[in-house]
Amino acid sequence: MADRIGDGRGQVRRRAGARLWLSAVWLGLLVLGALLAPWIAPKDPLAQDLFLGRLPPFWLAGAEPGYWLGTDSLGRDVASRILHGARVALTVALVAGSVTCVIGATLGLLAGVLRGWVDLVISRLIDIWMAFPPILFSILLIAVLGPGLWSIIIAIVVIDWTRFARVIRAEAMAQGAMDYVASAEVAGRGLASTMWAEILPNVLPTIVVLLTLEMGIAVIVEAILSFVNLSISTDDPTWGGMIAEGRTSIHQAWWVLVFPLFTLFLTVLAFSQLGEGLKDHYDPVLR
Amino acid sequence: MRDLSIRVHGARERLLRSVSLAVAAGEVHGLVGESGAGKSMIGKAILGILPRAVEVVAGQILLDGTDLLTLPPTERRRRIGASCALIPQDPLTALNPSRRIAPQITDRLVDILGWDRAKADARALALLGEVQIADPARVLRAYPHELSGGMRQRILIASAFAAEPKLIVADEPTTALDVTVQKQILRLIAGLQARQRTALLFVTHDLGVVSKVCQRLSVLYAGHVVEDTDVRRFFASPRHAYSRALLAATPKYTDPESSLIPVPDAVIEAVRAEVASADRSWHG
Amino acid sequence: MDKLYEVRDLRLSLADLTAKPLLGPAPRIEILKGLSFDVPRGAIIGIVGGSGSGKSTLGRALVRLLEPSGGSIRFADTDITHLNAASLRPLRRRFQMIFQDPMSALNPRHRVGTIIGNPLALHGIDNIASRVAEALDHVGLPRLLARRYPHELSGGQRQRVGIARAIALMPEFILADEIVSGLDVSTQAQVLQLLERLVADLGLTLAFISHDLSVIRRLCQRVIVLHQGQIVEEAATADLFAAPQSAYTRDLLDAIPLPDPDQIWV
Repeated sequence: MADRIGDGRGQVRRRAGARLWLSAVWLGLLVLGALLAPWIAPKDPLAQDLFLGRLPPFWLAGAEPGYWLGTDSLGRDVASRILHGARVALTVALVAGSVTCVIGATLGLLAGVLRGWVDLVISRLIDIWMAFPPILFSILLIAVLGPGLWSIIIAIVVIDWTRFARVIRAEAMAQGAMDYVASAEVAGRGLASTMWAEILPNVLPTIVVLLTLEMGIAVIVEAILSFVNLSISTDDPTWGGMIAEGRTSIHQAWWVLVFPLFTLFLTVLAFSQLGEGLKDHYDPVLR
Repeated sequence: MRDLSIRVHGARERLLRSVSLAVAAGEVHGLVGESGAGKSMIGKAILGILPRAVEVVAGQILLDGTDLLTLPPTERRRRIGASCALIPQDPLTALNPSRRIAPQITDRLVDILGWDRAKADARALALLGEVQIADPARVLRAYPHELSGGMRQRILIASAFAAEPKLIVADEPTTALDVTVQKQILRLIAGLQARQRTALLFVTHDLGVVSKVCQRLSVLYAGHVVEDTDVRRFFASPRHAYSRALLAATPKYTDPESSLIPVPDAVIEAVRAEVASADRSWHG
Repeated sequence: MDKLYEVRDLRLSLADLTAKPLLGPAPRIEILKGLSFDVPRGAIIGIVGGSGSGKSTLGRALVRLLEPSGGSIRFADTDITHLNAASLRPLRRRFQMIFQDPMSALNPRHRVGTIIGNPLALHGIDNIASRVAEALDHVGLPRLLARRYPHELSGGQRQRVGIARAIALMPEFILADEIVSGLDVSTQAQVLQLLERLVADLGLTLAFISHDLSVIRRLCQRVIVLHQGQIVEEAATADLFAAPQSAYTRDLLDAIPLPDPDQIWV
């Protein structure tokens, strides 16, 4: 029996280690790149030079030195634009993800542990809220709030908190029924203290996974919104915007679409794997 | 079963260590041991439902003289399906919660044994009567969650005896039940078994139950058969030290001072040594 | 004799959420229907009954995990029937509980030392580390187990940790709710032996809930038999087994399979 557990544990631990480090490295680089973009970007992301339009990436014939990933139809450096686009993407991911998590998880935890009328009110609220079609809801919000970074963040939070609340409520209910919670009550622990010290550590793995998942979703939502031009109002580059522009010149200059798309994909993947990796890394059963 | 040894793929330790036991037609044979001793594994090996991670490394399972392990998988499943059945431990999870009771009994008869639907339905109705369920027609139309644990266990028993199998493996069928319900269920099983002359392999950790329903028993420790003898002789004077210790640990309200005595460390050491030397001679 | 618990006409009903109408409160199911009994200090009493008898509910009412709907519970001359959480708090260290399922009774994300030590910290007791070590000694577990997580322990060891947690506060009363029901015969015997010793060494009063009369025979001095929320019999153990008064008790006794092929049974 011990051998069977040992094998499984070893496999998961190996996967968790690789997963955690690879995703952490990618995201770390991205964050660094985004923070230092104004200084380390090779070119000015907004600088247009029609003579240098549609230059291929450095390994293809016809490339110009300095434009590592090529240029778009207006001569703007793709690499620099991706780096600057990361600023928007990561800001949305981190802020929207965290706020959604805090609001949703708190409400979910309260509903799941306190039950009674608190649960009744919160559950009905979730049901009604989720009845609104999310895409229309977000477009409506942005129409009302006007385009901009904060509008996107608010839109994501307003729509997605229910995802957290539902799942965390279920987890909290399951944990709340456990005997160790009753044991804490018998020992004299107050409700708030029990939620924080006993229940939360057991719900945390789910929260972490959902949080990183939400960050990935936030990146995609932002990309979709900038694809349809509902994102930030300035000329600052966004990955979604680049993808939209790259669509028109996909035959002549595939790199304008592919590189931001690939970066987007890797980033979302990294977020989800980060969550799984963290959850496994801190699971006492696997230690 | 002859010298059956099984283990997890890639593991060194065997889960069952050259287990030999024989169940005659119409006989009730008890399998006793603590949790982890391997009693469930024996039942699963016979029925061909071992977990995928577990492999058979040696031995034979003979059903009516044919070694099941040498048969091709489809033939083996057919044979087992036709002549064996299981009474599972947990009545809560053994029934499909989203289907009514009737198909859960009759499907096996129709699909695997080729009965026609009407015959199967009639048999199901008759059987529920035999397991003393009042209003069997209503129960057949009900869903599992509408019924109590005791009733669900009766349905599972009816299901197992439905096709008059030659061998039934009962895997701790009364462990989850109240003591008064346990008595009724055991009476039922014993009654049906006697009437159909089914061979019954009764897996349990409760020596009290064994003394009531079984004619022979095998005591297991860590997948190793420690003693295999007939029930009267066992309870009169068990031969092996471990068996004696188990008996002393079993609660007896008629003799409280001589019961509920923990198994002495010395006895555990001795039986572990026995298992270790069995391992050595097996590989050697 | 000093009475630790005085229970008079205890009633408890819970809301039946499955039958709740859309508006308005759910109908209540009466689980305890007027129980009266005493628990003398230093006694070991057994509470026995089938599933649905209300024994677990009674246990939880005694340690105020549930609030009675009627009647009264007095603990050491204090009426604890309707005290709120704040008033109960200082009293809580005097009555503790051990749970049936050691898997769910120990927080899987806390180490054993934390699990045993938390109640001590809650009541402002210092020397937590040494008290935890003492508790582990009392239950016969090696001290270094404090650094382990529950999943690394066997079922018997986990149950002992539950016991250690209950005795760490040095309570006057312990409720043991079916604590040996899921255990192997030999582990069960060990845990019971441990319990007997602790009651003697620490001067505890113990209420032992079980469905198994045989176990109660060995451990308890008095027995309360519950059936459908009412006490059908209460007697000294020897008397109950020698001459059971109620039909239900007789049924229970008859149903027990003794390990003796000659017992007339099936």
